[in-house]
Amino acid sequence: MRTPPALELVGVSAGYGRIEVLHEVSLQVPAGSVFALLGPNGAGKSTTLQVASGDVVPTAGCLHVAGTHVNGSSPDALARAGVCRIPEGRGVFPNLTVVENLRMWTYAGGLTPAEVQERTFARFPKLGDRRGQLAGTLSGGEQQMLAMSRAIVADPDVLLLDEISMGLAPLVVAELYELVGSLAQEGISLLLVEQFARTALAVADYAAVMTQGRIAMVGQPGDVADFVSEAYLGGAA
Amino acid sequence: MSSADPVLAVEQVSVRFGGVQALDAVTLSAEPGRVTGLIGPNGAGKTTMFNVITGLEAPGSGRVSIGGRDVSGLSAHKRARLGLARTFQRLEIFGSMTARQNVLAAAEFRNGWARDRTDAGAAADAILDRVGLSAVAGARADALPTGLARLVELGRALATQPSLLLLDEPGSGLDSTETEALGDLLLDLAADGMAVLLVEHDVELVMRICDTVHVLDFGRRIASGSPAEVQADPAVQAAYLGAEAGAA
Amino acid sequence: MTTFLAFTTIGLVAGCIYALTATGLVVTYTTSGVFNFAHGAIGMVAAFTYWQLSVEWDWPVPLALAAVLLVLAPLFGAIVERLLIRPVQGAAVDLSLVVTLGLLLFLIGLASLLWRPTTARNLPEFFPGQSVQVGSLAVKHNQLAIVAVALIVAVGLKWFFSRTRTGIAMRAVVDDPSLAALAGCTPARIQQLSWALGATLASLAGILLAPLVTLDIFVLTLLVINGYAAALVGRLKSLPMTAAGAIVLGLSISYAVGYLPSGGWLSEVQGVIPMLFLFVVLVLLPPARLRTGGGQAPATPTVPGLRQSLVAAGGLVVVAVVLSLVLGPSGLATGGRVFVVALTLLSLVLLTGYSGQVSLCQLTFVGLGAYAMGTWGHGGSLLGVVGAVVLAGAAGALVALPTLRLRGLYLALATYAFANAMDVLFFGQRFGRGSLEVERVSLPGIPTESDRAFFLLTAVVFAVAAVGVLALRRGPFGRRATAIADSPAACATLGLDVNRTKLVIFTLSAALAGLSGALLGGLRGTVGADEFAALGSALLLLVLRIGGINTVTGALFGALVVSLFPVLQDNVPGLSNLSYLLTGLAALSVGRDPNGIGGRLSEAGEKRRHRKEAAARELPPPYTSTEPDREADLVLR
Repeated sequence: MRTPPALELVGVSAGYGRIEVLHEVSLQVPAGSVFALLGPNGAGKSTTLQVASGDVVPTAGCLHVAGTHVNGSSPDALARAGVCRIPEGRGVFPNLTVVENLRMWTYAGGLTPAEVQERTFARFPKLGDRRGQLAGTLSGGEQQMLAMSRAIVADPDVLLLDEISMGLAPLVVAELYELVGSLAQEGISLLLVEQFARTALAVADYAAVMTQGRIAMVGQPGDVADFVSEAYLGGAA
Repeated sequence: MSSADPVLAVEQVSVRFGGVQALDAVTLSAEPGRVTGLIGPNGAGKTTMFNVITGLEAPGSGRVSIGGRDVSGLSAHKRARLGLARTFQRLEIFGSMTARQNVLAAAEFRNGWARDRTDAGAAADAILDRVGLSAVAGARADALPTGLARLVELGRALATQPSLLLLDEPGSGLDSTETEALGDLLLDLAADGMAVLLVEHDVELVMRICDTVHVLDFGRRIASGSPAEVQADPAVQAAYLGAEAGAA
Repeated sequence: MTTFLAFTTIGLVAGCIYALTATGLVVTYTTSGVFNFAHGAIGMVAAFTYWQLSVEWDWPVPLALAAVLLVLAPLFGAIVERLLIRPVQGAAVDLSLVVTLGLLLFLIGLASLLWRPTTARNLPEFFPGQSVQVGSLAVKHNQLAIVAVALIVAVGLKWFFSRTRTGIAMRAVVDDPSLAALAGCTPARIQQLSWALGATLASLAGILLAPLVTLDIFVLTLLVINGYAAALVGRLKSLPMTAAGAIVLGLSISYAVGYLPSGGWLSEVQGVIPMLFLFVVLVLLPPARLRTGGGQAPATPTVPGLRQSLVAAGGLVVVAVVLSLVLGPSGLATGGRVFVVALTLLSLVLLTGYSGQVSLCQLTFVGLGAYAMGTWGHGGSLLGVVGAVVLAGAAGALVALPTLRLRGLYLALATYAFANAMDVLFFGQRFGRGSLEVERVSLPGIPTESDRAFFLLTAVVFAVAAVGVLALRRGPFGRRATAIADSPAACATLGLDVNRTKLVIFTLSAALAGLSGALLGGLRGTVGADEFAALGSALLLLVLRIGGINTVTGALFGALVVSLFPVLQDNVPGLSNLSYLLTGLAALSVGRDPNGIGGRLSEAGEKRRHRKEAAARELPPPYTSTEPDREADLVLR
């Protein structure tokens, strides 16, 4: 028996109000693989992830998680079922302390507060130094680490990462991608939306490029690379 | 660079949101008769820059001058009366009015504060024609597709007869024919002597119409120059495509 | 010294109760973004329920307390959240306002039905007659108990919000509900819990307060204004600042009672201290950032053209002429009242319907108009009408000025407080023996003295005003108002002075309400001091919402309803406050149909049902929606 894909979108259309953002998008994230979703701004990458996490309900098409049809499931139900999305920009509660943020991560994954802290601080010792500080006062990199710690402790089957490098210094990006690599090693299936194509393609098993709400191409990371620099910078890169 | 005096001068502007430096000592300018591009990856601080220039956001430090006058501390509507107009990335149309009423309202606002008695209706119709909205003039603005709604915002901005026009992704949601028409229009406006500052992700459009391009990356200006220079800049490529070293 | 200590004790005790109720208010507001105007009414109903159980049915005190505080109140809060609050989350301020105001009126009406106000009731203190001697001062056990309860609640909440996962989750939902959902917690359930908690705190405050004042529906409901003031000191987000504000407020009121001379208007100052508090806080608040990414623009009914509105107005006058020939004196009075109230509602159409601002003191402007006519309009002098318009307009400008730069909710709160203060200070004082005689305006060459003539005058004035308001709506003024309601940020970047424009609209609306007041006085000959209370203004806003907030039809419909209530009530004895019950009930449904009856009528005529369905589909999903009108923050330290 074949293992079903960890995540599958079949002909998904979705949007906000009257404006349709996704037009019949289909993609498969095979179990245990890293799938990079690239493309210019406004192409619908974030919306695709929001569909996968249940935040946006598709107007047409199907969403399957591990072979199960889950259209219409609420984000919190999907989170408890093993889908974890780290949203673009701010993935932390700014007016909660670091420790209180970690307490929130106990809703999915079944760890105790102590275990959550232990695992997080082992991975990001810097956060341990700032445990009593409000998350909103952390640096951008530290906030993103705190956001990513949810991926470590929620023990997800499918991890959806939305531009985790946005606005961060290269060194921090490198550290975060190290973590992405090791999560992939553990067998978590990853769907990765990234503006930095080179960074993402270096860890990806598969990649797709979206433009104008459609999948423009799917392939091996190498094939996609050339296509992407064309789409971003008009072919000069 | 241009010989004309800049109509917009942004000097050393910084903005901080909590622990995140949204803008870090950014300096840039826009000159009359030119289209200046402002590009950068998502979250680079472009919209924040627009909010600071228009007075919707107060900078932590730095100075903004319009037409040689320091406007720091001036409220948004007073800056607009100096000849500044903008569009919004997240649409801010007057949704319960028609496209024509949107433009008409702006023309009336302008007639009010400029003490001008010209016919606002005629001005609105001329603008609708110029941006290509005459066919949908009677449609409720929030029923229009995004691309057309962006043109409504553009038309509304033009109705205040600005000398400095800030456009936040006017091309998103337009098809290629419409984008080309938009490019022509912006070149036209610049030819009339307007200074245009353009935030846009459509690289082709930026390359075609901009005289100068500034590149922002996590709140800092990392490059400035002609479109070709910027395109070839390795720092810009790294900003857009990321470094492979990150995953090594 | 002993007197001072006694008043200090009384003030502290009252402050503790205000702190309890204000805390509940802040918790529900921060987690759901909906400000609960019915908070005080919930406390009132809880106090009555407790009286019912413990006094009327002789339940033991602990059992009655447990039943109210541990079972009924939380259950009620949870049900309210599920049925009323959830559907209006993220909606415009005036819509969520309507729902909680509806609940407020409904609870008042319900309480009046269950516990007839004509019967006097007494709720005994806890530990009656017991006290301890502290120096020269006797402190009652009841007072000690109240302070102890407040301290226990404060410590308990601190522990709950910083140590328990549910408490932390409540703050997390305040910060970012969609992220909370992504983390696997269910924001809706957390919000429901917070409303259960809020209702419990309101009930606790109500039960503690009732023995200290009196078991009266209106007294208990309106005392919550003190809670609002305290909550605003904490900027609706800081619990410690809220508690501090409550204590200071309690002490100020107590000292005012103790040390201000009794008799004269100074003795009434204590009644306006919360209002002064509110205003000072509002003036000190930093201006709100111009909000971008605003909510859904409302469906707009087609505005009739000049011809169409002239024809309709003409038709209305013809109908009035025919009616004037067949109606008797009481019919003429009721009919005149319909037109006068419709004129008042027209001022709300202008304000709330067109520009999206909320006023809960429109009847105060009406009262000021009647006062001006009664004072300066002797012999029917036109000076009275001019005075009515000017006085009401000036008062409107005065109320709106400090609050326009703030978020919409603050304008609602300021007007609510203003209406209550005016009720106590102005109408209660100036209307001598409870009522004021007002003469009918006389116009050169036009008879206005007889009932029939005056009825016709009201009809004509309304018709003319309606045509005028519609003309304003079609022109530049209407576009300004609508633009400000749709996107204030865009208006500012187009050079429009948003605050000034709002002020002009508010002033104009108040002036129009003042005009209707001059007519109301003339119609009836006398006006009572108790006719212009805040709750009446809330009632007007609600009937207009039900009729259609931005239509003239809605104003006329609302006026019919309002004017029929007294007739109905006269014929069914014992149904006091029926208007509150019915209006509240109807308003509760408005959350689901924001466009009202007038909007629906216009729509049916236009066959634009498909558009409405499209608009309904476009409502943002509950947790990824646009920023609601609040600062997401709950401060514990």
